[in-house]
Amino acid sequence: MWDYTDKVKKHFFEPHNVGEVLDPNAVGEAGSLVCGDALKLSLKVDPKTEKIMDAKFKTFGCGSAIASSSVLTDMVIGKTLEEAARITNRDIADELGGLPQEKMHCSVMGMEALEAAIANYRGQAAPKAEEEEGAEVVCKCFGVTDRKIERAVRENNLSSIEEVTNYTKAGGACGSCHWKIDEIIQRVRETMNAPRSPESPKPLTNLKRMQLVQETLDREVRPELRKDGGDLELVDVDGKLVKVRLLGMCSGCQVADFTLKALVGRKLREFVEPDIVVEEIRE
Amino acid sequence: MSQIIYLDNNATTAVAPEVLEAMLPYYRQAYGNPSSMHSFGGELAHDIEQAREKVAALFNAQNTEILFTSCGTESDNAAIRGVLEAYPEKRHIIITRVEHRAVLSLCHHLENRGYRVTYLSVDRQGRLDLEQLRLAIQPDTALVSIMYANNETGTVFPVDKIAEVVKERGVIFHTDAVQAPGKLSLDTQRLHADLISISGHKLHAPKGVGALFIRRGTRFVPFLIGGHQENGRRGGTENVAGVVGLGRACELVLEHQSREREHLGRLRDRLEQGIVRQIPEVLINGDPEHRTASTSNVSFSYIEGEAILLKLNEYGICASSGSACTSGSLEPSHVLRAMGTPFTAIHGSIRFSFSRYNTEAEVDRVLEILPKIISGLRDMSPFWTQFKKKK
Repeated sequence: MWDYTDKVKKHFFEPHNVGEVLDPNAVGEAGSLVCGDALKLSLKVDPKTEKIMDAKFKTFGCGSAIASSSVLTDMVIGKTLEEAARITNRDIADELGGLPQEKMHCSVMGMEALEAAIANYRGQAAPKAEEEEGAEVVCKCFGVTDRKIERAVRENNLSSIEEVTNYTKAGGACGSCHWKIDEIIQRVRETMNAPRSPESPKPLTNLKRMQLVQETLDREVRPELRKDGGDLELVDVDGKLVKVRLLGMCSGCQVADFTLKALVGRKLREFVEPDIVVEEIRE
Repeated sequence: MSQIIYLDNNATTAVAPEVLEAMLPYYRQAYGNPSSMHSFGGELAHDIEQAREKVAALFNAQNTEILFTSCGTESDNAAIRGVLEAYPEKRHIIITRVEHRAVLSLCHHLENRGYRVTYLSVDRQGRLDLEQLRLAIQPDTALVSIMYANNETGTVFPVDKIAEVVKERGVIFHTDAVQAPGKLSLDTQRLHADLISISGHKLHAPKGVGALFIRRGTRFVPFLIGGHQENGRRGGTENVAGVVGLGRACELVLEHQSREREHLGRLRDRLEQGIVRQIPEVLINGDPEHRTASTSNVSFSYIEGEAILLKLNEYGICASSGSACTSGSLEPSHVLRAMGTPFTAIHGSIRFSFSRYNTEAEVDRVLEILPKIISGLRDMSPFWTQFKKKK
């Protein structure tokens, strides 16, 4: 049973602005029937002031999808397009008093439909994820591109694959793209950290780094591997290059590369330094 | 909230008053340990054996063929791992794509341990192809584990025929029969499975007790290792009250069986007919000819299951859904997907499941409320608008 706030329940049981506005001049859609939720947002925009005079929605989806759509229409009515364009998924979730983590993608869907509607008004083609120039579809199950993941990570300060799945659905089905998502998280977080922390901590000494790496492996990584009958040993720390050897069930395992990238890399980057690189030694 | 209408009996059932009555003395006065030397505890071993006899009767089996466990999942784990350990040289397992998580997740886990697993597919109605099963059996197949009745759709697999195919090749056959008691026969003189799992709380016994039938002569290594309880086949102090409750519940199943099946079938048909009559664009999932009387899995196209459940919940009506949003993951029901059910229908699937305590009045109440909920949500759905325009 989901723990929905009273406001989510209120907007689900008595949604505002259901339907389609008469003669809309901005329409945006997001989601799909296959994915399990979809939203069609229609707006009536005053061409002189660019103020949103009316907004209505039609939504296929769960309780939080319907509530997110309903609250979104409340939020945009009376705003200019410029103001509305600044609404993020987090604003939608906050307006509802929060959403369960697993349901954050509902707020993302609201934001996407709003963006599509604004683009539609401006006579631009709706930014269809798959067709974005230069964007790569990372999650084939749900058709999520690297751009969308990058943005979700940046705007919501996400740090794990699970969070990315909660916000974008990417990686929620077959799981074969998890390593790619992990790479995107690392990449985006590095760029996020750089300008935002001018007083970055003092660089680690080699000795301190080795200590931290060993501690992190012992505390965060090896217990996980042992659960599956595997283990790992630290071979060397060469600057920021950490060399490990997999043991037991992990050695020779086809997903070894994945294990390293996803788990060891993530933990070391989280607990030691953000730019640690991991290499597996095979003999 | 109004009076509860509980139509989620494949998830769990109410403890029967007769069962609770039988159990209470073991919490109040008779709290001893059956392994004790003093009679205060030791005599409870007799009560356990009496309960075992009642469970054995449900299987038309001998007492020694019944092992008490803590739940259906433990029974499945004990059966599968117990057999694999007894045949260490055999590395292949056959199951179906629609098994309960207790079997499915275990087999995924075993795959990571170097076992090979064949997942048999099902057709649109959820039926198996026995020829496919025959071809899947290999010289090192340790075990075939195929459920008796599906928990989501109620589809019944022909386990007697499956047992023939499997036994012909000398392979061990386990069936997860958790959804069967009260609805299907578990007579092991006719059903030639080697191991059969059941769970107490699906048949009006409490949660925390289950049983595993192990046919005499089946090689089996204990799953829970500890004391000498259960003839050395499962360590751990017996859940005396639970075991006694399970015994009483099995007795009630045998007593009510024929009448109950008729009752359940009548309720299910009444609900389904009412739904089909009042609501357009619905799909009844599962094998219409081989289905447990208790289960109805209905898809309401163009809307989403969690939203339906939330609305039903407002009226105190309990059911469940195969939609992605109710699962905690983003993946909709693996059972309906294996059947090739269209996505529009999977997301809007609702399972109603009945017990002996449900009434026609309850079904009528659901039929009064459900159409309004469905049309309300469809009015909100962009796909419903699209669909109506096309028409």
